[in-house]
Amino acid sequence: MFAFIVSRILQALPVMLTVSLISFAMFAYVGDPVAIMLGQDFTEAQRQALVQQLGLDQPFFVQFATFLGNAVQGEFGLSYRLSRPVAELIAERAPATLELALCAAFIALAVGVPMGVYTGLYRHSWLSRFFLTFSLIGVSLPTFLIGILLILTFSVWLGWLPSFGRGDVARLGWWSTGFLSWSGIKALILPAITLGLFQLTLIMRLVRSEMLEVLRTDYIKFARARGLPNRMVHFGHALKNTLVPVITIAGLQLGAIIAFAIVTETVFQWPGMGLLFIQSVGAADIPVMAAYLMLIAAVFVTINLIVDLLYYAVDPRLRIGRGGGH
Amino acid sequence: MSETETLPAAGSAPATAPLLSVRNLRVEFPTRRGTLVALDDVSFDIHPGEVLGVVGESGAGKSMTGAAIIGLLEPPGRIAAGSISLAGKRIDNLPYEQMRRIRGREIGAIFQDPLTTLNPLYTVGRQLVETITTHLPVGPAEARRRAIEWLELVGIPAAAQRVDSYPHEFSGGMRQRVVIALALCAEPKLVVADEPTTALDVSIQAQVIALLKRLAREKGTAMMLVTHDMGVIAETADRVAVMYAGRIIEIGAVRSVVKEAAHPYTAGLMGSIPPISHRVERLEQIDGAMPRLSAIPPGCPYNPRCPRVFDKCLTLRPELLDAGATRAACWLYDPK
Ligand SMILES: Nc1ncnc2c1ncn2[C@@H]1O[C@H](COP(=O)(O)OP(=O)(O)O)[C@@H](O)[C@H]1O
Ligand code: SF4
Ligand SMILES: [Mg+2]
Repeated sequence: MFAFIVSRILQALPVMLTVSLISFAMFAYVGDPVAIMLGQDFTEAQRQALVQQLGLDQPFFVQFATFLGNAVQGEFGLSYRLSRPVAELIAERAPATLELALCAAFIALAVGVPMGVYTGLYRHSWLSRFFLTFSLIGVSLPTFLIGILLILTFSVWLGWLPSFGRGDVARLGWWSTGFLSWSGIKALILPAITLGLFQLTLIMRLVRSEMLEVLRTDYIKFARARGLPNRMVHFGHALKNTLVPVITIAGLQLGAIIAFAIVTETVFQWPGMGLLFIQSVGAADIPVMAAYLMLIAAVFVTINLIVDLLYYAVDPRLRIGRGGGH
Repeated sequence: MSETETLPAAGSAPATAPLLSVRNLRVEFPTRRGTLVALDDVSFDIHPGEVLGVVGESGAGKSMTGAAIIGLLEPPGRIAAGSISLAGKRIDNLPYEQMRRIRGREIGAIFQDPLTTLNPLYTVGRQLVETITTHLPVGPAEARRRAIEWLELVGIPAAAQRVDSYPHEFSGGMRQRVVIALALCAEPKLVVADEPTTALDVSIQAQVIALLKRLAREKGTAMMLVTHDMGVIAETADRVAVMYAGRIIEIGAVRSVVKEAAHPYTAGLMGSIPPISHRVERLEQIDGAMPRLSAIPPGCPYNPRCPRVFDKCLTLRPELLDAGATRAACWLYDPK
């Protein structure tokens, strides 16, 4: 078990290294940070001092090693735009994005899995047809359009929910949460639906096709032949066997949700990391962009590891060492 | 036809009331190009404790007959005519939930491939326990005790430990033993075993059949045993039904069918059967192929391949007729 985790972490290292290299290259070679930070009027001495301070006079590998060393400690330098430590900026914004992403993922799973099971079991019912049509819309409409339509309906016409911002946030240590106030919860609803809708339809279609596949297997026929009630056959034997692929996709999708929160955060002016990233792109704020990239890569790698561990929990065939079986 | 069939087949079936009674069963599959008749006018009885062997080429309708009996025909397949009764009660027209309670409890089933029959994500113990508690009024602790007992009965070594193993931790032969335990653990009166050894290694087929035969005898369980292996039939079955193109073309006591087959098709199958001591693994090959369901010829379905075909065979379909020691669907035994 421990060896398994270690091997997975080792496998993730090259990925992280590549991403850091890209981030670093961006950091070091895209734009001229010195020019950006100094502004219009500066002396050559000031310029030299800043070049030295940023370590830009060092050889490539020394610079990269320094960058990596700092990155590991969560140190990404100062934002060009806001002149504040990048780590601080991201830590400030992370809770908003994570709460939004988790809500979106929760909606996607809590609604998508039952809909998938239902459409798999009752393929020809009119409700299944409705769900499938609905899922086509979810897949084909771009996220920003869904967001705008939701704002139009629930904020502009009905006036039920706010169209932007996070509402009132409470502080729990360094974490800021919107879950503790009514306005925070209301503000979360539309962005979470917007962000989760695509994943919801994806998970529904995945669960449906996996269900159809599993229901054809001999062990399901045998479970019926043993006289087990449908409830046990469908929600025990069948659903559990659809879980392995669902866990993979759901895990990858959680990464995608965090990464693609950018669009939703922009539409709803949600003060998360995605919005920070977009604002940084506008200002060519390279340190923030580099840090964000690495953070997203780290999120994907971590989620992959968790997904692998979940497999382990679900499928006993993986628990036996290599070879297993007979 | 049905009046004659209700009489026990000549000199073979015990004179008790039948446990299972299949009458004029017809199973159809509606398709885009018309309706396929997968089973046509199939009638037979199985008496308490009796083993009925069912043989026939692949596609003859053996599995379909078993599926109809346990009420798990795959849609759009459906029973279009006839009846299936268990201990005198119709079971072919029961609502799903009532038939569900009969499956496993009154009629057990054993499938062909033990590698795919068990849920890979549940321990064998859990699968046994859920089957036992579904059908019998026992708590989880007692069910687990019985699960271990059943694993011992089917010859799983160290059953008390193996009860918590997953299917992939067993060999194919051991898995089929687990499947047998699952089929019998709610103590059904009848077991439908569809080619229970076909997927197994030749070296362990005999052991598994011997186990099945011993358990059926000990528990007084009747069995419908589908197999390709005439040696198995000869050693295990009391009576044999031979199927061809969705029909039973000969039925009778095992010794009579093996030694004095009346139907030309059965005679062909048995043609070169050596003495029982020499096991034949497969049915004898007969020239030609069984017709597809969509192209069954009029008259006797065997007429394109029959060495003894005559004019009547080409137009009129023969019913099961008394043919000496057995009953055969062949015009050669027409008393007129
Ligand atoms: N879903 C189906 N639709 C149409 N025909 C089918 C279907 N399933 C089986 N059949 C046909 O029913 C016949 C009987 O099949 P089966 O009972 O499996 O044969 P056996 O078990 O004797 O080899 C075969 O000709 C097969 O092609
Ligand atoms: S009825 Fe005719 S064709 Fe059919 S088996 Fe008998 S002799 Fe052959
Ligand atoms: Mg078959």
